[in-house]
Amino acid sequence: MFSFLDGHTLPLIFAALMGISILAYVILDGYDLGVGMLMARGDRPERDKMVATIGPFWDANETWLVLGIGLLLVAFPVAHGMVLQALYLPIALMLLGLTMRGVAFEFRVKAQEQYQRWWDWAFIGGSGLSALTQGYMLGLYIMGFKAGWATHVFAGGAAIGLAAAYCFVGATWLVGKTDGELQRRAVGWTRLALLATAIGMVAVSLATPLVSPRIFERWFAFPNIIGLMPIPLMTAALFVALWVFLKRMPRVDHSLDFVPFMAAVSLFVLGFLGLAYSFYPYLVPEKLTIWQAASAPESLLIILMGAAVVLPIIAAYTVFSYHVFRGKATELRYD
Amino acid sequence: MDPILLARIQFGANISFHILFPTITIALGWVLLFFKVKFNRTGNEAWMNAYRFWVKVFALSFALGVVSGITMSFQFGTNWPGFMERVGNIAGPLLAYEILTAFFLEATFLGIMLFGFRKVPNWMHTLATFLVAFGTTMSAFWILVLNSWMHTPAGHEMRDGVAFATDWWAIIFNPSMPYRLAHMLLASGLTCAFLIAGLSAFRWLRQDRGPDVMAALRTGVTLGALLIPAQIVVGDLHGLNTLEHQPAKVAAMEGNWETRGHVPLLLFALPDEATRSNSFEIGIPSGASLILKHDPAGVVPGLNDFIGPNGERLHPPVAPVFFAFRIMVGIGMLMLAVSWFAGWSLWRKGDINRPLAWVLVGMTFAGWVATLSGWYVTEIGRQPWLVTGVLTTAQAASNVPGSMIAATLAMYLAIYAVLIAAYVSVLFHLAGKGPKLLDSPVGARVVQGSAPVHPAGATAKDG
Repeated sequence: MFSFLDGHTLPLIFAALMGISILAYVILDGYDLGVGMLMARGDRPERDKMVATIGPFWDANETWLVLGIGLLLVAFPVAHGMVLQALYLPIALMLLGLTMRGVAFEFRVKAQEQYQRWWDWAFIGGSGLSALTQGYMLGLYIMGFKAGWATHVFAGGAAIGLAAAYCFVGATWLVGKTDGELQRRAVGWTRLALLATAIGMVAVSLATPLVSPRIFERWFAFPNIIGLMPIPLMTAALFVALWVFLKRMPRVDHSLDFVPFMAAVSLFVLGFLGLAYSFYPYLVPEKLTIWQAASAPESLLIILMGAAVVLPIIAAYTVFSYHVFRGKATELRYD
Repeated sequence: MDPILLARIQFGANISFHILFPTITIALGWVLLFFKVKFNRTGNEAWMNAYRFWVKVFALSFALGVVSGITMSFQFGTNWPGFMERVGNIAGPLLAYEILTAFFLEATFLGIMLFGFRKVPNWMHTLATFLVAFGTTMSAFWILVLNSWMHTPAGHEMRDGVAFATDWWAIIFNPSMPYRLAHMLLASGLTCAFLIAGLSAFRWLRQDRGPDVMAALRTGVTLGALLIPAQIVVGDLHGLNTLEHQPAKVAAMEGNWETRGHVPLLLFALPDEATRSNSFEIGIPSGASLILKHDPAGVVPGLNDFIGPNGERLHPPVAPVFFAFRIMVGIGMLMLAVSWFAGWSLWRKGDINRPLAWVLVGMTFAGWVATLSGWYVTEIGRQPWLVTGVLTTAQAASNVPGSMIAATLAMYLAIYAVLIAAYVSVLFHLAGKGPKLLDSPVGARVVQGSAPVHPAGATAKDG
């Protein structure tokens, strides 16, 4: 019945599902980690407003990380063991960051007054630590976990780049979800973070082909380069267009407030496509392809059947949740 | 220090920390639904106020469960890469189904349950509460299926040292699953019952004795009194199931070295693996034989049966299993006494007194201790296996250097200590807010966010 779902296509489908989960995670938790980092710039009432924009969503956003790692775990167990052992320390630090951020969300309002500020900083620090360590791991991954100082320098750059990108998408989220003075400030943060993100993306795009001859070959061999040109061109065009658009923000009319966020999402998608193209068909760069790492087709099939039914439902109620909390964020109230 | 032992301590520390919070939220979700339905039916504001207080506890517990759960999803790979390589074909789909059918459901509807009361119709808010409770329970179902399979694997075949699924029905309904699931869900119910009773008693002691506090107190005590007898019966059945499938674990629980009849039920002893005997035994003659075989002469397996041909130990370490089991059972008995006495007091006098309130406060987290002890019994009792008869813990260990594990272990332990302290103190802080607010007459409870009344049946429109 599912004869086309064989040992060749199934791992491919799962690699795609995992890619989508990671992309969803980077965008969704990216904006709430970004908001978390930007809270360093706000006073207490502003921080409350900023938390209110992510309050109903952060939990589900983080679940995409669990799904991405879960898919890596279940579909590509060999790669999972290899990658996670290579990233042991940054993962431990990221978990520390995510833990502090997640619990601070509750503690910053429920704890005794004198400790609330302390939890605010746990929130900000946790967000920053999570973003930096994720970027660092991305850098190590791009470098194929090669030993040596160059790898760590590159990873350090990627850490700052991803943190900037998270601040960027977080700032655009704030532009969409707030108004008044906070929105005005968020526009300013967006512009700064947009510049930093552009620098980061250019740096990674230039460095990646240089460190890997295989990736260089994939991008610059003729005729590939012609078919691939739209990716960098669209990315550059989006950066410029958003920069121009931001000059007219904030507007009196709020109908276009989510345009920067949408542009940010598009930039993330383009960046992700570029990376995915660079690494395909490798799951662990230069070491393990998608097919070498996959688990038994029988097990993949049983997960896929469940996923085919459940993922559309998840998508539906996620949309519903965003619909319920649409528009400008209001104060978080339990009643 | 041995890296495997360090990895076990680290994973054990994380999973112990994690389980504290789902143990609360699994049952608390259903209690919240009970409060909400009671309010919908009666329109009595006390139920909604109880909901508003306990939903905060739920949110806090849930956040701690989520972050520690994320840590777990990574530690499968960082600490036990061999686990997924060898049994990933079984464990993978079960974990995937947990994420797909439970995690997204609970995380998404939690937002609506917590912050959506004014944004969705009342029925939708009730439905969101139900879906969150349902999601937490589904999550418990899948993870207990996997855990039970690790204890009593079935429905698979081994090819080249890797497990392949042959019968998913047999994998899901493996021999120990129904008992373990029931035992854990009841443990969750009891943990939640004593948490509710304890914090409500604390509020009662602080003169915060409004109808919502009393309603929650009655709910907690009644729940505890009803569930504890069920738990004793289910626990006994679970024990008999373990005797059938994992006799070495039962032998360690009973501290019984020789296979024989008339085995005493040891109330206390110091098991010594060096001499393979107990000292300072205090026991009830033939008690263990009676419980396990329903016959005083019943033959109970002994630990000495589980020694390999070269003298290697094939049974779990005895002392931790032996003592953890006694702690769990001891707390169970205490729960029985306290909940029934408190239930009797509430039923006869409609109130509790100060000594009883203090006992309840003292037992606020009794469920945690019992649940952790129970998990130590079953998990340490499975050693040296990770998956009984299929994979040993040592085979699944990673190559990460011990020093790295030790450093991160220290970090995790420090943060868990801080978080548990913060959690417990914040719960009592939230519970202690009541009387202070009652002192200011106007809008005393508005601050707690309970002023707007939504009459039963009325739809709460977008606010």
